Amino acid sequence: MRRSMLFLPGNSPNILLNANYLGSDSIILDLEDAVAPTEKDSARILVRNAIQSLGYTKEIIVRINPIDSPYWEKDLQTIVPIKPDMIMPTKVSGAEDIRTIAAYITKLEEELGLEVGRIKLIPLIETALGVERAFEIASADPRVTCIFLGGEDFTADMRCVRTKPGNEIFYARSRMVVAARAAGVEVMDTPWTDVEDYEGLIEDAKLAKSLGFSGKASISPRHIPFINEVFSPTEAEIQYAKDVMETIEKAKAEGKGVVSLRGKMIDAPIVNRARQVLEAAEAIKGGR
Amino acid sequence: MIKQRACAGTLESSDIYVEIAPAEEGSGLALDITSVVFAQFGEDIERVIRETLKELDVTDASVRVSDRGAVDCTIRARVETAVCRAKGEK
Repeated sequence: MRRSMLFLPGNSPNILLNANYLGSDSIILDLEDAVAPTEKDSARILVRNAIQSLGYTKEIIVRINPIDSPYWEKDLQTIVPIKPDMIMPTKVSGAEDIRTIAAYITKLEEELGLEVGRIKLIPLIETALGVERAFEIASADPRVTCIFLGGEDFTADMRCVRTKPGNEIFYARSRMVVAARAAGVEVMDTPWTDVEDYEGLIEDAKLAKSLGFSGKASISPRHIPFINEVFSPTEAEIQYAKDVMETIEKAKAEGKGVVSLRGKMIDAPIVNRARQVLEAAEAIKGGR
Repeated sequence: MIKQRACAGTLESSDIYVEIAPAEEGSGLALDITSVVFAQFGEDIERVIRETLKELDVTDASVRVSDRGAVDCTIRARVETAVCRAKGEK
């Protein structure tokens, strides 16, 4: 269950200590933008030690530096041995980027005697080219289980201004969701960057959910409860899903082909949706 | 082999600032530790620093640290970073 994922700077011991208790479903330990070039070495070692020693129970994602930087291989050499749940490659613009990174992780896993393929990828797509190639990125390698839109860099690449209504990223959002669902992977929405504007955040999260996003990233722990709430099924949705499943089971037992609930025909998409709602509710109850 | 003076870490809360400098061969480790929790954890901090230096094959060096309440994994990380930088392995 990944409704929310929280960015935390990789070179701040105080923040890494509290990472597990900030309420997000996933934690992104950042080696990229939140770390100055002169501290890349320091952050890698600190993040490695924190994951090894602090007993995180949340999903751990490590954001690495882009493949056109001099840092990404060293990032992977340091982080792969401690087997984070996921690696987040950045500024991904095509399937080839993913294949390069996946092949390098495989090489490290083989050298270290680790299970090959266990570490998953969540590519950060934040360029016009990346959005245009979202489907090929999402289906480039079995390690890719989710894709993630970075709105700030994307709008900079598009030479437009990032606004609160988000009209300028509407196409990118829609395209990312379609690409992800077509490839059979999850998709996470860009963070809301105004830390104090909770109403705006809630509206933005609701919009993302309505488009089909699985969840939303955040740069502030204070945003997490709101994001979790928006991306959790409501009591009414859970009850309806239970009723759908009961109706279907009853119909099967009675040998009926077509059934209806509250005056509406229950067909395969409705059953699938109900199953997803119940799985999500169960995952939230289970804490992961 | 420590080739040059190097430092790592910060003086922020929960961090530790580590400075390491070359020393004559055979002179051993000279540790200078200040900490906001020295009375309670001074011996533990020294033990973690010595263990980390040993793992990194550092036998001769002058090490000065200023601790702001760092946990073991942070102390180990900052010592390792300082040693790598001092060895020119950044």
